[in-house]
Amino acid sequence: MAAAGPSARPAGQVLARPSLRRRESVATGDRVDLLERYQHGRHRELGLTDEDVRRMYEVMLLARRLDERMWILNRTGQAPFAISGQGHEAAQVGAAWALDRERDWIYPYYRDVALVLVWGLTPRDLMLQLLGKAADPSSGGRQMPNHFSSRRLRIAPQSSVVGTQIPQAAGTALASKLEGTGAVTLVTFGEGATAQGDFHEGVNFAAIHRLPVIFFCENNGYAISVPAEKELSVPDVADRALGYGIPGVTVDGNDPFEVYRVVREAVERARAGEGPSLIEAKTYRLLAHSSDDDDSTYRPREEVEAWRQRDPLPRLAAYLKEHGLADDADLQALEEQVRQQVDDATEHAQAAPYPRAEHLLDHVTGP
Amino acid sequence: MTMPVMTLIEAIRHGLTQEMELNPRTLVLGEDVGVRGGVFGATRGLLERFGPERVIDMPLAESSIVGVAIGAAVAGWRPLAEIQFADYIHPAMNQIINEAARIRYRTNGDYTCPVVIRAPFGGGVHGALYHSQSVEGLFYHVPGLKIVIPSTPYDARGLLRAAMEQEDPVLFFEHKRAYRLVKGEVPEEPYSVPIGPAAIRREGRHCTVIAYGLMVHHALEAAERLSREEGIEAEVIDLRTILPLDRETLIASAQKTGRVLIVHEDNRTGGVGAEVAAILAEEALFYLDAPIRRHTGPDAPAMPFNPVQEAAFLPNPYTIADQIRELVRF
Repeated sequence: MAAAGPSARPAGQVLARPSLRRRESVATGDRVDLLERYQHGRHRELGLTDEDVRRMYEVMLLARRLDERMWILNRTGQAPFAISGQGHEAAQVGAAWALDRERDWIYPYYRDVALVLVWGLTPRDLMLQLLGKAADPSSGGRQMPNHFSSRRLRIAPQSSVVGTQIPQAAGTALASKLEGTGAVTLVTFGEGATAQGDFHEGVNFAAIHRLPVIFFCENNGYAISVPAEKELSVPDVADRALGYGIPGVTVDGNDPFEVYRVVREAVERARAGEGPSLIEAKTYRLLAHSSDDDDSTYRPREEVEAWRQRDPLPRLAAYLKEHGLADDADLQALEEQVRQQVDDATEHAQAAPYPRAEHLLDHVTGP
Repeated sequence: MTMPVMTLIEAIRHGLTQEMELNPRTLVLGEDVGVRGGVFGATRGLLERFGPERVIDMPLAESSIVGVAIGAAVAGWRPLAEIQFADYIHPAMNQIINEAARIRYRTNGDYTCPVVIRAPFGGGVHGALYHSQSVEGLFYHVPGLKIVIPSTPYDARGLLRAAMEQEDPVLFFEHKRAYRLVKGEVPEEPYSVPIGPAAIRREGRHCTVIAYGLMVHHALEAAERLSREEGIEAEVIDLRTILPLDRETLIASAQKTGRVLIVHEDNRTGGVGAEVAAILAEEALFYLDAPIRRHTGPDAPAMPFNPVQEAAFLPNPYTIADQIRELVRF
């Protein structure tokens, strides 16, 4: 099974293969004329249909508006806690579009609102969890918001301890490999998680056995308040791939097409038995870490404002208009449709009952 | 029909082999479990028989041994993970406690996490601080886990079968000094010994001795000697499963004898004995004729290498007999 165990790989050989490490797209710090980049209809070159792009935008918008509503519910005292994925939507949707929702597995983390919406959780499902209601399909009202899970949808059960999902994702990929189903596992995490021992252990094992798993880092530059330069000693998370002899790719996480392109390549490699990839989508969270955090204590407002200028939603809206995929009226109608979905989810969850106290000890163990 | 006689380690190897035969989705993973067959030989022969896809020599990284097992279980496989020594389970503690033990609860029963984690534990083999530990007390506090500690070859095989039939994570602790010391009959065909019930190994009317693992054998040796030489009849209970605990059997025996001694090798404070004593104080206080006694490893961080302090750490048949004498004289 392990075609290339440690003994087959003399020291230094990996470092002598610079082709493993690629920078796929413009670094997010560079100044780019976005409209100019979008004018060539890149989605068609990638095999995405016009409908794909409209649908990607729709999910991103839904995720954004849902997330915004969660914060409003928190700030008005109706939800005890909210945690945000705002700013990460393009990275998540780009990755999700490269996978097969009918057979692949995802191990999400708490910012992946857009990802799990693609995977089949609904706005109602997420709102039920926000408010801790019994009908929350992920946890029955037990877990904090954005702790996604669904056996039916192959969304692996999520913890709050950062990085624990990474070796688990390798285990699920091992199962898929043994079954020969061709299923791929996508595991997501922030750059903070890459400091954890579980990151190393999981990637190492998957690399040794060439497992069909994609390690997808949504690098937003901060682990709560600790900036990336105090989390890792290399410029990019993808640099770490060299140490495992797997491809490492850094991509503009606010560009859904670029993310789609590099994740699709990783999926093709994984399905072909060529093993895991580490993909780093550079992005930014537009809000604080959570509703209990005050990011003004550690992020300069100018920096936040600069990233707001690169917000993936207006970028994709501009692309839609530029390529005749939608006009202002379409976008306005979509806003209205999304608002209704969010309203419906909110009202549904608010009206739903809490779990009953006598079910506190349900599902501790089986018989 | 005569049954083969096996040592504890042979019964476990026999059980692991059968488990791999019974379910093609069973995986064995751990350090040195493949080519080496395990440092104690528990997995010897499995690699040759079932191949490297299902018998996986893991990198030396315990958190990923358990983490990978969890991920495979989530996808419908039945992993049998080995931690080489219980002393090395600590790097995997987060995966066991925060992940495996909580998956059923945190998904409200949507997912289960059927992983079995085997680990040799216990002292008396000159294993020193990091090859002698008893770690059951650390996990005993954690709802969502089941903890099994067989003391006989028959139970080892049967409890392993039952552990593999569970939908919950099971910690399966094997006393390493008992591996080759303890022999017994083991049926050829697969069978289960249910998780939960304790076993009364010896009936007695003067006092109850509650133990598990190797300490069961030491307690039985003490009880036989006291019966022969002093007419003291001790009842010896083998817990077999410490989580969940067989409260009914313990309470009934305490009510019958009125005197209770709990023996374990693990540290005293917050150990299994403390919980057993609390249960009996709650449920059987007015049947007791003497204070409940605990005879345990001391609250030293671990067992020293030198033979003098190693022996001083461990309960043995003589010290157990002393405790029984004091208990029945009270």
